[in-house]
Amino acid sequence: MAKIMGFNGNAAVAYAMKQINPDVVAAYPITPQTDCVERFAEYVSEGLVDTEFVTVESEHSAMSACVGAAAAGGRVMTATAANGLALMWEIVYIAASMRLPVVMMVANRALSGNINIHCDHSDTMGARDAGWIQLFSENAQEAYDNLIQAVKIAEDMGVRLPVMVTQDGFIISHELERVEILEDQEVKQFVGPYQPRYPLLDLEHPVTYGPLDLFDYYFEHKRSQIEAIDCSLPVIERVGQEFGKVSGRSYGLLELYRMEDAEYGLVALGSTCGTAKETIDGLREKGKKVGLIKIRCFRPFPKEAIVKAVSPLKGLAVLDRSATFGGFGGPVFTEVRSALYDAESRPLTLDFIYGLGGRDIFQEDIATAFSRIEEAVKTGRVEKPIDYLGLRE
Amino acid sequence: MSQEKGWKELVPGGIIVEAGNAKEYKTGDWRTEKPEVNLEGCIHCFFCWAYCPDSAVVVDSENGKMVGFNYDYCKGCGICASICPPKVITMIPEES
Ligand code: SF4
Ligand code: SF4
Repeated sequence: MAKIMGFNGNAAVAYAMKQINPDVVAAYPITPQTDCVERFAEYVSEGLVDTEFVTVESEHSAMSACVGAAAAGGRVMTATAANGLALMWEIVYIAASMRLPVVMMVANRALSGNINIHCDHSDTMGARDAGWIQLFSENAQEAYDNLIQAVKIAEDMGVRLPVMVTQDGFIISHELERVEILEDQEVKQFVGPYQPRYPLLDLEHPVTYGPLDLFDYYFEHKRSQIEAIDCSLPVIERVGQEFGKVSGRSYGLLELYRMEDAEYGLVALGSTCGTAKETIDGLREKGKKVGLIKIRCFRPFPKEAIVKAVSPLKGLAVLDRSATFGGFGGPVFTEVRSALYDAESRPLTLDFIYGLGGRDIFQEDIATAFSRIEEAVKTGRVEKPIDYLGLRE
Repeated sequence: MSQEKGWKELVPGGIIVEAGNAKEYKTGDWRTEKPEVNLEGCIHCFFCWAYCPDSAVVVDSENGKMVGFNYDYCKGCGICASICPPKVITMIPEES
């Protein structure tokens, strides 16, 4: 019998961190992540973990301390949100370049300005090209499950890359849910003991991290980094299956919901997938052949899985919870549409930007997206390939 | 370029796993001027040796003598010439 807890997303992640018992956590508080780090700090002060908790003066320092600790040979974690992630930027790239398996929870929040503390994906989408693996969570349960899997993915000897686990700020981070947890022992066994590669503290084998790397080798190092993240896809899938054996909850790169005979699909990430499932159930009752493609793993982008899932469709609505100013559609849309370009058959695809700065998304909005794509397919006319949901004109 | 490694052969993360391998990186070709010493006037004070940022001044430590320069690593910065008390080090154009 699994143990059930009443947790919000932050508490679920903090509890997973306690069970993982990392060597070092360096973090700086920022809404809506603060609650997670505070809870973990309590575990530290109660002596329930062996972690060295570093209270830094900024997120730039938090990620710097994480890089140092990971290079030294420790299992390292942190957490942040929005502007905190933006302040880490420089070092976020460095963690990935040095192939350090740092695990970071990001409670998605809108980037300033104007200042806003609520959910959108502008923070993690901005960091999508930094070289980190990115796993999105639909609810507190998935935030807990993803965090545990993240450690195993990051530390896989063929991967050795940092992993970001996201949960929608407030919507997941602060709402109380039913969360099934594993036993401490099960988590410990699942993640296994950490084996650092080239630890700085191995004084018998001195190494240099982050040396000057100019036109003669920088390019080759970037190429090998590209290969490493691309090759992490099967590892993410394998770890998702292994997690299923322990917990009864298996994970893939995508989750397909009612897609068997679907004609119209919706692509979404994060908590909106829950709203989308409800909407789809309702539309199915009215005879609409609709389904959801939930992207759990956004980086590396699961191109083949997406193409396989959506190419039989007539129409596809992509939901983007962030904007790319001056770009052609949101980041999810550009990836999905680009992946479909070479497909033998591909659906008509529209982008809907929604939910910026925590603007709620309702079932009616999702139903609107479905009816818009259906109408575009039936009339053969696309007036606005990129549009907005829940926005006042 | 041909003897340099392809991306598949590199240590992940661009980490350098051998200690002290900067020795293999010859920086002498960065120079536009090189130092020359007139050992007849040299007082073997070792100032040049102490100040050289690239450890490119060669000394005979057993006999306490300044010997010359290691041009594989000397970058031609001219610090040795400017610090030398009797001014017996001259910077001359690299080609000469
Ligand atoms: S020129 Fe500079 S690098 Fe060369 S020997 Fe003198 S001090 Fe050293
Ligand atoms: S500083 Fe000048 S005098 Fe002193 S050891 Fe060097 S070359 Fe000779």
